[in-house]
Amino acid sequence: MKNGRDPVIVGLADAPIEDGKFVTKASVLGHAALVAKAAVEEAGLTLDDVDGLLTAGMWGVPGPGQLATVTLGEYLGIMPTYVDGTNIGGSAFEAHVAHAAMALREGYCEVALIVYSSDQKSLRSRNLGGRPSVLSMQHETPYGMPTPVGGYAMAAQRHMHEYGTTSENLAEIAVATRKWAQLNPAATRRDPLTVDDVLSSTMISEPLHLLDCCLVTDGAGAIVMTTAERAKDLRTKPIAVKGYGEAHTHWAIAEMPDLARLLPAQKAGETAMKMAGVSHSDIDVVEVYDSFTITVLLTLEALGFCKIGEGGDFVSGQRTAPGGAFPMNTNGGGLSALHPGMYGIFLLIEATRQLRGVCGDRQVAGAETALVHGTGGTLSSGATVILQKD
Amino acid sequence: MSTEQPLPVIDHDSAPYWQAAHEGHLDIPLCGDCGKHHFYPRAICPHCHSDNLNFDTVSGRGEVHTFTVARRPAGPAFADDVPYVVALIELEEGPRMMSRIQTDDPEKVHIGAKVEVTFVKASDEITFPYFRMT
Ligand SMILES: [Zn+2]
Repeated sequence: MKNGRDPVIVGLADAPIEDGKFVTKASVLGHAALVAKAAVEEAGLTLDDVDGLLTAGMWGVPGPGQLATVTLGEYLGIMPTYVDGTNIGGSAFEAHVAHAAMALREGYCEVALIVYSSDQKSLRSRNLGGRPSVLSMQHETPYGMPTPVGGYAMAAQRHMHEYGTTSENLAEIAVATRKWAQLNPAATRRDPLTVDDVLSSTMISEPLHLLDCCLVTDGAGAIVMTTAERAKDLRTKPIAVKGYGEAHTHWAIAEMPDLARLLPAQKAGETAMKMAGVSHSDIDVVEVYDSFTITVLLTLEALGFCKIGEGGDFVSGQRTAPGGAFPMNTNGGGLSALHPGMYGIFLLIEATRQLRGVCGDRQVAGAETALVHGTGGTLSSGATVILQKD
Repeated sequence: MSTEQPLPVIDHDSAPYWQAAHEGHLDIPLCGDCGKHHFYPRAICPHCHSDNLNFDTVSGRGEVHTFTVARRPAGPAFADDVPYVVALIELEEGPRMMSRIQTDDPEKVHIGAKVEVTFVKASDEITFPYFRMT
């Protein structure tokens, strides 16, 4: 049952980076504005058409809640009448797509703009500590928990203990993802990578090595959504948002209900696939958050692409690499393409490009349906989006 | 331990817990309605949402639920400690809490290892419950 108010993606943009850093000289908000402008213009719209603004970020004028949409709306010189500053970590943008879809269906906005920007690499602002020791974090930060890698390491340790998953299994993911990056001229790391390279890279937080971890880069991206009806007059071929779901369970890793199972992904995935009316065999391309190799393994199991505990086998033999049975993270992912702190918007951008069929050497032939899943915090939150070529 | 170790910002929920730790015992909330313990301390029970809670001195015994050996420090304050073991301890009474495992040999730590609490003073106000393998 098609409806004129069905939500679609009509505009995309991401900022060029080189060696992980922005090429253009602009502030963090400047990069947000440049990609926002490029994304609306790609669709044949202008920023004045935008009435829905959705953003999340780690930037902001220090103060109550940082008021991300307010700060960005002012910078863009627009007065949005629908806003969403949901910040559940790197999966925020998949949730933004869901929220924008509902607002569009409801007639609460006509053109929704989702934006992210980070200059963390240029600022050299990352280390493994840093969460203030307040509220639930007073029971975590003082113990020297490497953040966020330590929480992912604890989950990996538990998964290995319960299911016999190995470091080699995890390394297969990093290697397959690198092969996709080698097909993507915009990816940051494109040199060849082997399982042995991953296993012999520096141990960061056992059992996770340096090459089990995502990159630290700058990055900015924007997505424009509107209704199917409005899209008829626009410049791009619309990609339909068919289903979505979201959930979160914990912030402190000690509160994760089951360290070897990713419940938010299970819940969000089920909701999204049911809404879209698709099953696993309908999915042609999968873009899932790869903050760490273990994130991917837990996500694939929770989404039901394989049974719980069988993720190690599922990714073995380079099944997720170019030419493999399960095309995944086709831009080179957070592990090899870019990872500007909150990566989720780039999953959506890559999935949409795959469905548009514009991915060149890395194009997945006949891609019609894509599943995107973001993970945020320390395996805290999950949000799934199902996209489809019309 | 580096003197720059970040210390907890104590609040009304956590004050009795930190006070007890400073006095050398492990006190966590026990629900008067569902009979379950929880950690970290809250104003309502996360199991049944009752506010009928009292702090209870628990055994201090448990096992390693999972852990990581930090080979890189969580910021400069922990640089001198590397490698160190951060673990989730499952207490005999049920709840899980994050802590450190005190050990000369991080390689000996494993999931399921039996542990007991040991208290390490960090400042005039704060004493941390760490754990040792038994
Ligand atoms: Zn209770």
